[in-house]
Amino acid sequence: MPYIPYTPKQVQDMLEVIGVKSINELFDVIPKELKNSTLNIPSGKSEYEVLTHLKNLAQKNRTDLISFLGAGFYDHYIPAPIKHILQRSEFYTAYTPYQPEASQGTLQAIFEYQTAMARLMEMDFANASLYDGGTAIYEAMMMAVRITKRKKIIISETVNPIYRLMLQCYTKNLHLELVTIPHQNGKTNLEELKKSIDQQTACIIVQNPSFFGELQDYSPLFSLAQKQGALSIISVYALLQSILKTPGEMGADIAVAEGQSLGLPLNFGGPYLGILTTRKKHIRQMPGRVVGKTTDKQGQTGFVLTLQAREQHIRREKATSNICSNQALCAFQALLYIAFLGPEGLKRTAEQSIEKAHYAAQKLTSIPGVKLLNDYAFANEFALTLPVNAFELVNHLTARGFIPGFPLGRYYPGLENCLLLACTEKRTFEEIGILTEMIKAYLTYRR
Amino acid sequence: MQTIFAKSIPGRQGIWPEPAQKESHHYLPENFLRSKRPNLPELSELDVVRHYTLLSRKNFGVDTNFYPLGSCTMKYNPKILEEIASLPGFTDLHPLTPQLKTAGLFTQGALEVLYETEKLLCEITGMDAFTLQPLAGAHGELTGVMLIAAYHQHKGNKKTKIIVPDSAHGTNPASAAIAGYKVISIKSKQGIIDPAALKEVLDDEVAGIMMTCPNTLGLFETHLPEIVELIHSVDGLLYYDGANLNAILGKMKVGDVGFDVVHLNLHKTFSTPHGGGGPGAGPVGVNKKLEPFLPISRVVKLEDGQFYLKYNYPLSIGYVAPFYGNFGVILKAYAYILRLGKEGLNRVSDHAVLAANYVRKKIEDYLEIPYNKICMHEFVASAVKQAQKGVRALDIAKALLDKGHHAPTIYFPLIVKECLMIEPTETESKETLDKFINDLIEIIQIAETNPELLHQAPQNTPIQRLDEVKAARNMELVEPCTI
Amino acid sequence: MIPENLLYTKSHEWVKIDQETAIIGITHFAQEQLGDITFIELPEVGRTLEQGEEIGSIESVKAASEVYSPVSGEVIEINTSLEDAPEKINEDPYGEGWICKIKLSAPPQKLLTPEEYAKLIQEHE
Repeated sequence: MPYIPYTPKQVQDMLEVIGVKSINELFDVIPKELKNSTLNIPSGKSEYEVLTHLKNLAQKNRTDLISFLGAGFYDHYIPAPIKHILQRSEFYTAYTPYQPEASQGTLQAIFEYQTAMARLMEMDFANASLYDGGTAIYEAMMMAVRITKRKKIIISETVNPIYRLMLQCYTKNLHLELVTIPHQNGKTNLEELKKSIDQQTACIIVQNPSFFGELQDYSPLFSLAQKQGALSIISVYALLQSILKTPGEMGADIAVAEGQSLGLPLNFGGPYLGILTTRKKHIRQMPGRVVGKTTDKQGQTGFVLTLQAREQHIRREKATSNICSNQALCAFQALLYIAFLGPEGLKRTAEQSIEKAHYAAQKLTSIPGVKLLNDYAFANEFALTLPVNAFELVNHLTARGFIPGFPLGRYYPGLENCLLLACTEKRTFEEIGILTEMIKAYLTYRR
Repeated sequence: MQTIFAKSIPGRQGIWPEPAQKESHHYLPENFLRSKRPNLPELSELDVVRHYTLLSRKNFGVDTNFYPLGSCTMKYNPKILEEIASLPGFTDLHPLTPQLKTAGLFTQGALEVLYETEKLLCEITGMDAFTLQPLAGAHGELTGVMLIAAYHQHKGNKKTKIIVPDSAHGTNPASAAIAGYKVISIKSKQGIIDPAALKEVLDDEVAGIMMTCPNTLGLFETHLPEIVELIHSVDGLLYYDGANLNAILGKMKVGDVGFDVVHLNLHKTFSTPHGGGGPGAGPVGVNKKLEPFLPISRVVKLEDGQFYLKYNYPLSIGYVAPFYGNFGVILKAYAYILRLGKEGLNRVSDHAVLAANYVRKKIEDYLEIPYNKICMHEFVASAVKQAQKGVRALDIAKALLDKGHHAPTIYFPLIVKECLMIEPTETESKETLDKFINDLIEIIQIAETNPELLHQAPQNTPIQRLDEVKAARNMELVEPCTI
Repeated sequence: MIPENLLYTKSHEWVKIDQETAIIGITHFAQEQLGDITFIELPEVGRTLEQGEEIGSIESVKAASEVYSPVSGEVIEINTSLEDAPEKINEDPYGEGWICKIKLSAPPQKLLTPEEYAKLIQEHE
């Protein structure tokens, strides 16, 4: 019996203590008409068989492609020691640290994560993590609704379209007004955003760099929002935050991010990490767990879960959120990434990615008919206009071992000829050269 | 122990990639850059490895200690699952790849994992379809309640309320409330739902009921057939909170007995580790009534055996997650189910229930057990007698830490005073259970003779009882910057 | 700990009425149930309230509770010293732990006398 340690004799002894004749008798409390023991699934397999099966499935996935695919989820290198620390099962087999005396490892790690996130964003506080970047925007939005007691949400269409779809889903029954400000040829429409803020606005939501890779300084927009009593929410690219202007500097009320770029594998979509940071004045409406520093009876420093009266296990239907399990281990992973690289390592990773993206933009726009979608400043991701349908180019090149980027037409009707390309530090100048040649060849051959 | 920030030595080299040829201000306007670099730790690889290795020693985990935390199913997590989840063929896969046409062919293995896991979960629960997208149990609850709402809206039902028993997890009322429903709490009788209390609040505005079965007291909801009939009589739906599925694996299928929607906690029943608070996964299963409303995308198998993602479901509630769920967690649950197979899953509930009843029986003369009858995979004891001598459930919990056991869940469910909720799980040996039982009995005897001693517990942990009031009042949630 | 000169509510607030104004707070019993109070959300000065309306919330380490206005009227003063020292509610619920002053707009209805409130608490225990 895999993973079950009882010998037949022990089972008998235990049944005797309980005072029943068989294990089946223990299930007599289930009314007979409700029972069903037919389970039409295969019999158990050996560890080797399971491993072989899963290895075979893993091999059906192609992960050797040279990829310029980003769109919010990035293929940065993950230093080896991260995996080794994560394998400490004292961390990964622990539960939520409800017993602080037996959980100082987890608690201190979360406290360090909160500190790292607050410093990265230049915000006052961070929570212990949310599920992902999308639910982080949703939770930030709900914070703003509770704080302002208003119902109108203004969001730029240049925020990741997947996250906007998630917001639509979550707000369906909440009688909120979700106003989307269309992009202008791939650019965030700042003027329209400014105009649409009024006394009914709970918050504005923007992204930096935008889904299209566009960089902005949102300070003027945020100060306008503040004048109208609305909150400013910004979603950012966590790794790039090591060099880009911070949400704190821009005057954001809540800064969120998908934390995957901080040392988490792409993992086919999860587990990822929702980062949420905010100002001290909004702390009572912050969702999720948070760890605080305190002292024990001896005056020794220690850490505990705190401000729990906001949470579902105490406040039930009046809680700030329903979140219970979060992404603690992923938050720890992001902390490890930051600790191993340090500010210089983060900066170099970010700058290498930016340099390569700018090199790629220069090379690719040298191809006749290929242009930048717009003239905005960008970091490591940018949008191109092609003389052909981007889907078809992607199909063609993918079959040849290169994913040249993400076809923007997938989420933006009218941009079927546009391609979103990202570079991480893992891409090489040679690969960018080959990509350029392949696109050139494809366009020539097509004509 | 000092924090990682306090250990930082400015200028020390960590894992540094080569610098870019030109710094960022060469490529980007100055006003888009941060004015000063973040104050983050500057340490060597060894510094960081040692810091976190030492920190890990300040934790109890399933691998180091017995962890009878009720409602959390802290069973052993087979190591093979970790190995499988770290196969590069899975970890290196970009989630947008299958949304590119040709590239969809390059993710067939991952899509097959999703498809097969859904099928297995359908069979285990007796539901007709599953979505693997919800990222945790509470996220599954929210998804489930949104599905209920979509169903009623589609039928034109005017529904405003969700019923939740007073023994429910806090996430149930919270999830119902954030989905836009009014929460109606009903009182339990003899530890289970009282159909009479249900009838009192039942009307046409009831959208559904959220149940945990066995419930948080470890008791089977024996009035289930009547509850199903009552709720369905007003076209309400029954939601099954799968937190306690470990008790009924292979014994009962929740879909068969009348539940319309269910979420499972893969990190509980299906043995994916909890990671110090997450990540988990909260797949949601539904019957035919609710299938059209499931989130998109959905994995579909074509006749030729190919898998693809389908988005065209006009009645779908939309996107609850960015992609296909916490894939790394789903992968572990899939491998666990394959490893155990049908006999193995049956043995899980057999022995989980055996272990719980064994511990219950052994301690019943020492601690009050409010509903002392055959329990399922967990039971609730109460320290009310000890509390009269000034020893509270909290003190017993702390004393258990001193003996090297993680404490049971305390002060939950809310309907039992001074409660300790004990869930041993099927993977703990009889020797471990006996040691726990003996230690618990010894603590209870100390409560009689020397209660003050227990107020001092724990003494053997890295830290003693912490001042939680100070933590909440001072709100030191980050390390202050010293520079 | 139920002063004779005050009136009470079922939700454990006390009120002291002095002609046009009322001072309100939470009772000794309420603070004891909550335990060490760590935070109070105070109403805004100038806000008009109906009797029974939620005016704020009180948090302790392990519990949270809403405060409801025992009277109708306008908030004219709040006890801002509680923001930094919410423990005053524990230490002196009927004195320094007062929450706010309200200018009455209508005579309050159905408040409990000290005797009635004492009976209510007995039922709780």
